[in-house]
Amino acid sequence: MKTTHAALAEKFIADEPRTNWHDETLWFVREKRDKAAHGLPEWEQLREWGSQIKNHTLSNLSNYLKEFEEKAVANGIKVHWAADGDEHNKIIHDIIRKHNIQKIVKSKSMLTEECHLNEYLQEHGIEVVDTDLGERIVQFRKEPPSHIVLPAIHLKKEDVSATFHEHLGTEKGNNDPQYLTEAARQHLRDKFVQSQLAITGVNFAVAETGGFVVCTNEGNADMGAHTAPVHIACMGFEKIIPKAEHLSVFLRLLARSATGQPITTYSSHFHKPRPNQEMHIVIVDNGRSRQLGREDFRNSLKCIRCAACFNTCPVYRRSGGHSYHTAVAGPIGSILNPNLDMKANADLPFASTLCGSCTNVCPVKINIHEQLWKWRQIIVAEGYVAASKKMGMMGMDFLLSRPTVYRFAGKMGRWLMRILPFVTNNKLNVWYKQREMPEPPKESFRDWYLKNGKTNKK
Amino acid sequence: MSAREKILNAIASNQPELTALPLMDKNVLIRYEDVYAQFKTVLESIGGKVKLIPSLTELKEQLIADKASGNFVVNAIADLGKLDNQVASFTALDLEKVEKAYIKGTAGVAENGAVWIYESQMLNRLLPFICQHLIIVIDIAAIVATMHQAYENIDVAKEGFGAFIAGPSKTADIEQSLVIGAHGARSATIYVVG
Ligand code: SF4
Repeated sequence: MKTTHAALAEKFIADEPRTNWHDETLWFVREKRDKAAHGLPEWEQLREWGSQIKNHTLSNLSNYLKEFEEKAVANGIKVHWAADGDEHNKIIHDIIRKHNIQKIVKSKSMLTEECHLNEYLQEHGIEVVDTDLGERIVQFRKEPPSHIVLPAIHLKKEDVSATFHEHLGTEKGNNDPQYLTEAARQHLRDKFVQSQLAITGVNFAVAETGGFVVCTNEGNADMGAHTAPVHIACMGFEKIIPKAEHLSVFLRLLARSATGQPITTYSSHFHKPRPNQEMHIVIVDNGRSRQLGREDFRNSLKCIRCAACFNTCPVYRRSGGHSYHTAVAGPIGSILNPNLDMKANADLPFASTLCGSCTNVCPVKINIHEQLWKWRQIIVAEGYVAASKKMGMMGMDFLLSRPTVYRFAGKMGRWLMRILPFVTNNKLNVWYKQREMPEPPKESFRDWYLKNGKTNKK
Repeated sequence: MSAREKILNAIASNQPELTALPLMDKNVLIRYEDVYAQFKTVLESIGGKVKLIPSLTELKEQLIADKASGNFVVNAIADLGKLDNQVASFTALDLEKVEKAYIKGTAGVAENGAVWIYESQMLNRLLPFICQHLIIVIDIAAIVATMHQAYENIDVAKEGFGAFIAGPSKTADIEQSLVIGAHGARSATIYVVG
């Protein structure tokens, strides 16, 4: 069933007005991020601090994890370790069985998406209600989220209205977001007050105090966690930060980078279960320790899941999250997923123009576009690339390593495109799909520079 | 080998060489001439309401009027009147009917409009989230410029739970249209005393 980014993107862009809307909406979010960032003179310093704190954390990670565990246990939290997604799901399933739990609410956690927790529990006859509004919408539609911060960004209000009409009995054709949100509020409040288990993600876990922070705008994590007698928080081990004071750096960066808000409405700091409550933390590896050992890619573990790299990415904006066929889409997903399964995700590092915009906005300074490029080398070397792309890459490699041949080929290409445009403007050239080929320049940049660059200098 | 050992061993052998934590020079941080004015501007831009009051007198009267209205109103501020301590043991089903809650905050943050509230100030962890309308009271002297100073002034691990709350609950998950009142409070009014 799995297919490639290019094929899925083709489906997405078939609806041109919707593609344009998607593109413009995410760009608008990117612009809000810029405004928020520019509002702080120390923004670049904050990014540098964020990056260095994360570098340091990764360099001392095993100790910080032990410290966190020790403090959390002392706080009365039960700590579990899961080597992979399956172990993570089993740990949660065991807790559910032990308490004979029927009613489960879950707030946003990309980790549980990565581990396919909902599907796993469903196979065992257990239903989980996603409570983030966007996640509830896509859950009703049996779709995965298409964005890690804005899960239903691929949908229009008409779609939501139709979905809610079917599942919540809202008025047919009433597309008012206020009305639809109110319907979800009533529906989910009902779920919250009856919940027996709340599952949440973790934004930051503090080694020094053994506590963790969960950020939401809707308040859904809190509504569940403070109601249910059992709370399970799931985290990838890279969520650790050394000290509480470091939260200031990350909370300042996170919401501004994500949506341009100065902070999320709720930044909840959990340290101890309330009386008679059981609180669990599941610490998950699932390929992360392997990524930590890959020198070129370990930086990807610094990610705080703000999605700024999604919103700015020209490929993501025009191909939609589902075209990445993985839980975490976008540029960062294209670095993380080949580590999880290189063969199945071999197409993803190629779903990029390598323009570097992602790297420029990343609040923790991950060199995203360089890592994408590095994955391409590995994927080609491992032989996981489609024949057509491989030929092209081999050809490029041949050309780029031989300057004289390159120059000659450029001349030939320009000449060909002018004299015989149909050679490039045809169906065999994938670059011609949905595009007109540009007018070829009369001379190469090199020729132009040799002529003009020299004369401009005295 | 347990999963724990397996993971910790793999991490220990794969983690890079030790690098230093940055020294964070707080002198580079943004400063506001008037932290209250900044706090108010930001909080109003994210859907909150802010009122400066000289003393608690006005609020005491408001609380009495609110209680007399017959709505379920919870007071968690000793300085305003009798504490509704009974809500500490209330379930979500009980608290769902709370129309309004009065809660004291410890620190306000000018750069983002957030207020830190300790669990003990909430009476019940669920209260500030489940109430329909949230009233928060802070002292003007408790407003600091940024999160850095806020974390210096609080101890996140002092109690079992605490939260920064910035305005009412909201969502933009339907076509990016902002809607106030997602799952939590539909309105948040912050009274600044000073
Ligand atoms: S890689 Fe950087 S920009 Fe992308 S989600 Fe992670 S932290 Fe945000």
